Amino acid sequence: MAEKYISRSSAIAARLLGGEMMVMSATDSTFFTLNEVATAIWQAADGRTPLSEIVAGKICQEFDVNREQAQRGADRFVDELSQHGILLVSDQPVMETDSSFSPESR
Amino acid sequence: MSLLAEMNQKALNLGLPISVHLDITYRCNERCVHCYLDHDDHGEMTTAEIMDVLEQLADVGVFFLSLSGGEVLMRRDFFEIVERARKLLFNVKVKTNGVMIREKEAARLRQLGVEQIQISVYSHRPEVHDAITKLPGSLKRTLRAIRFLKSQGLKVTIANVLMAGNFSDQPGVIALAKELGVFYTLDPTITPKMDGDTSILTLRIPGSELKQVFHNQELVGNVEEFCAPPPAPGEDVMEGFPCSAGHTACYISPYGDVFPCVQFPLPSGNVRRQKFLDIWNHSAQLKEVRSIRAKDLPTCSTCAHVGTCTRCPGLAYMEGNMRGPSTADCEKSFQRTGIPSANMLKRTRTGSSGPLIQIQALASEVPPIPFSLEESRLTA
Repeated sequence: MAEKYISRSSAIAARLLGGEMMVMSATDSTFFTLNEVATAIWQAADGRTPLSEIVAGKICQEFDVNREQAQRGADRFVDELSQHGILLVSDQPVMETDSSFSPESR
Repeated sequence: MSLLAEMNQKALNLGLPISVHLDITYRCNERCVHCYLDHDDHGEMTTAEIMDVLEQLADVGVFFLSLSGGEVLMRRDFFEIVERARKLLFNVKVKTNGVMIREKEAARLRQLGVEQIQISVYSHRPEVHDAITKLPGSLKRTLRAIRFLKSQGLKVTIANVLMAGNFSDQPGVIALAKELGVFYTLDPTITPKMDGDTSILTLRIPGSELKQVFHNQELVGNVEEFCAPPPAPGEDVMEGFPCSAGHTACYISPYGDVFPCVQFPLPSGNVRRQKFLDIWNHSAQLKEVRSIRAKDLPTCSTCAHVGTCTRCPGLAYMEGNMRGPSTADCEKSFQRTGIPSANMLKRTRTGSSGPLIQIQALASEVPPIPFSLEESRLTA
């Protein structure tokens, strides 16, 4: 299976509140809250680290979850957010696309 | 409870601000007859100061950022500010009159991912709108801006402030909003000037017209529900606080002054002298605002409307007591339900004069409260 590289869209608003990430699409105003695991994936979505590496190196290390289970959950999460244009998915590492506007995650 | 309401509650529990209204200038290219601001520049924050404030707000967890004025585009660094705000991932709403927005500006707002643009429109007729803004040609330019913004796919809301001089044009503005494919919101509240001058309150629509607004199905939805008598307040109501001002939201002026809300001119600190978080956590004024519960309001706690009134503590403060009634909201509750507020009855009994004297001949007893009502928003 091809590797997935995920990055955050610039057309979103996001803020960490008490361990949960709030995310809102500027395109359609859809509002999401991410739990701790999803927040960890979100924060690691740099467009350069493969999703499998995020799962193995971050999610399985920081949370009590086995790799297979974590990968399935991560795939579902990425699929859902990508459908709303909030996460961008590529089969290649993503370079900076817009030098005048690259969001900073907090 | 919606996800947004849950996050608001979470911010409240954590004692964090989630929304900030930042006026980046009071300068304006219009001179609206009802405006509460002094448009001279008394030393606005510099670009660097505003950037620093944005960093601080992002660090403390602010999510919703309203950029307003004055007219925001009077600042040459407006797009620089928006760009920084969006890089910091704020949900940005811009309030503007649109006069300076053309295709290029609309495209830039779209590119930066601004979530919503709110534009003031007072009438569908140029002669009425332009007489309010005192800028000839302003309606034409504002509508042109709305079309540019819409063509970029931006979410636009027409804000229609209702005054005696434009009340009859309100259906025309709704029709205009429909034609343009934008949202519509109306606001029947005229507030005193920030220096306390109340002369512009004479522009307020009279009670009879307020009643028409509240009984207009197109504006409020289910009129029977919206205008139903208030339910008997429970303990949760009496332990509740009036609004988000100072609790999860606040206002910052172009001069760095922090207030609980744009309508609540209680100076609570200045970001030029203190860190925002210090003001938020330690301001005696914000602490006082946060300490007030419905049960602490001497008149309003005895009022039938205590659980459903839109009482604005800022307007009450401008009337002289942040724990007192806001007579404009007493009037709204009365015109909505036909039931006089405790403050109205008190004034009737004491024979005191004031803007509500007109209701003296009306019902003097509070009728029974048969069922509950959930507050609706005046949007269509």
